[in-house]
Amino acid sequence: MVTLMDKIVIKDLYLQYSDQTESLRGINLTIPANQISVLFGPAGGGKSTLLRVLNRLNDLTDVRAQSGEVLFDGLNILEKSVDVINLRRKVGMVFATPVALPFSIRRNVLYGLELAGEHRPRVLSEALERSLTQAALWDEVKDRLDDPAVALSGGQQQRLCLARSLAQQPEVILLDEPTSGLDPISTSKVEASLQELKQEYTIVLVPHSVQQAARVADMAAFFLQGELVEFSPGKRLFTNPRDKRTQDYVEGRFG
Amino acid sequence: MTSSTAKRQRQQAAGFTLLTVIAALTIFVIVAILAYILIRGVGAVSPGFLFTPPSNGMKAGGIWPAIVGTFYLTLGTALFAVPLGIGAAIYLAEYARESTLTRVIRIAITNLAGIPSVVYGLFGLGLFVLFLKFGTSILAGSMTLAIMTLPVIISTTEEALRSVPQSFRVVSVSLGGTRWQTVRKVVLPEALPGILTGVILGLERAAGETAPIMFTAAAFFLPRMPSSPLDPTMALPYHLFVISTQVPGMPVQIQFGTALVLLVFVVGMNLVATLIRSRARARRQW
Repeated sequence: MVTLMDKIVIKDLYLQYSDQTESLRGINLTIPANQISVLFGPAGGGKSTLLRVLNRLNDLTDVRAQSGEVLFDGLNILEKSVDVINLRRKVGMVFATPVALPFSIRRNVLYGLELAGEHRPRVLSEALERSLTQAALWDEVKDRLDDPAVALSGGQQQRLCLARSLAQQPEVILLDEPTSGLDPISTSKVEASLQELKQEYTIVLVPHSVQQAARVADMAAFFLQGELVEFSPGKRLFTNPRDKRTQDYVEGRFG
Repeated sequence: MTSSTAKRQRQQAAGFTLLTVIAALTIFVIVAILAYILIRGVGAVSPGFLFTPPSNGMKAGGIWPAIVGTFYLTLGTALFAVPLGIGAAIYLAEYARESTLTRVIRIAITNLAGIPSVVYGLFGLGLFVLFLKFGTSILAGSMTLAIMTLPVIISTTEEALRSVPQSFRVVSVSLGGTRWQTVRKVVLPEALPGILTGVILGLERAAGETAPIMFTAAAFFLPRMPSSPLDPTMALPYHLFVISTQVPGMPVQIQFGTALVLLVFVVGMNLVATLIRSRARARRQW
């Protein structure tokens, strides 16, 4: 039995956007390392907002008030003094809609390393093959790495985005409904890669359905209207939830 | 079919015809101007006309110094207006949060665009020619034209930057990009065709203006070429103004020949802008 290390500890997190919508209300949550933690619940529950706190992408939005702590390996990343660039290199993100930058496949995957000023050809070619392989895309693109990335299909683009965040070897990968626009085959490819990836990375996933949550979750957190209702190991939460609201949602009675 | 349907269809047909006629009219006006100047001026245009200075009190000879002068003035305008305009647009589109300051800047830009060109001329005379002691020179004229061109460049560049999808910026930042890296590596290359179009359209206007250079750069008659930015120069629009109003007994063909050359210069720049835009559109991948 592997001991679970705490990767991210969230303490009493409140967040409110400028348009008065209260998004997170007193979240306490511990995300273990090398596990897939799933944040799920009906729309507007605060899942995506929480995800965007974890790599400070909310800095780009109008946040009115925020309090509490988010400890990443013990360091509070909400502090003003935190090196945000460095944090984002350690915490990669994959979005619901795959966004291929208007570059070649190669440059897309290596873009993070390019930003970090990495020039060594050996490092770059190693990162390229490793991350595309981890994202289960290498075989499909290895002969056309210099083609424009937008020529790829939607499913391939989403795996490209996964490869892009893996290229700079982050510690945590955040995925915001990464399979919402994908067909079942691409979806199962992405889910299969996640099972591989958790050996090396800590994964936080907002799934696009309860079924997906149940399929992939090691740990599952149920969010409702900005509150964390329940956080338990996936097996228990989906078979024997503690909270009535969780049970109703999982069984499809609302949402 | 009821009679009211038939009536509506008749109305639609009539409306359509009317709009087509209006659209055709604008094309007719442009073609008429171009054709008129082409027909009356093409006889004057020859290598001798293009590449020699005017002679005999400008009643004979060519317009070479004016062509060179307009080229220098346009280049000088670009040198000042392009970095300043694009820089201001990047600030407005990528860095500034909406605030009273940006609102004031935007109002200033809009108003700058509405100022009559002769007022720019007088402003340039006061500031560059007299106060900064540049004299009547290419430098003073270029700076005056640059200020006049700035609003066009700023607003088209800002629009081009804003047309780049926000998701590109979010992705770049989420991978650890700074704002400037994001602008330089993703946003600017994507916006470049739009920016170039705006720049060329702005410069084209500068190349054709008479009033701003009248007091700041243009020489009535100067057969030699300017040898430094502090020299005055002849320029096509001002030369056209001079030979059309100030020289008695001027051969009409030379006037139209000069107008034709100016027109080709400006329309040529316009064509280049259109070409850049359409090629970029064909290449666009998202």
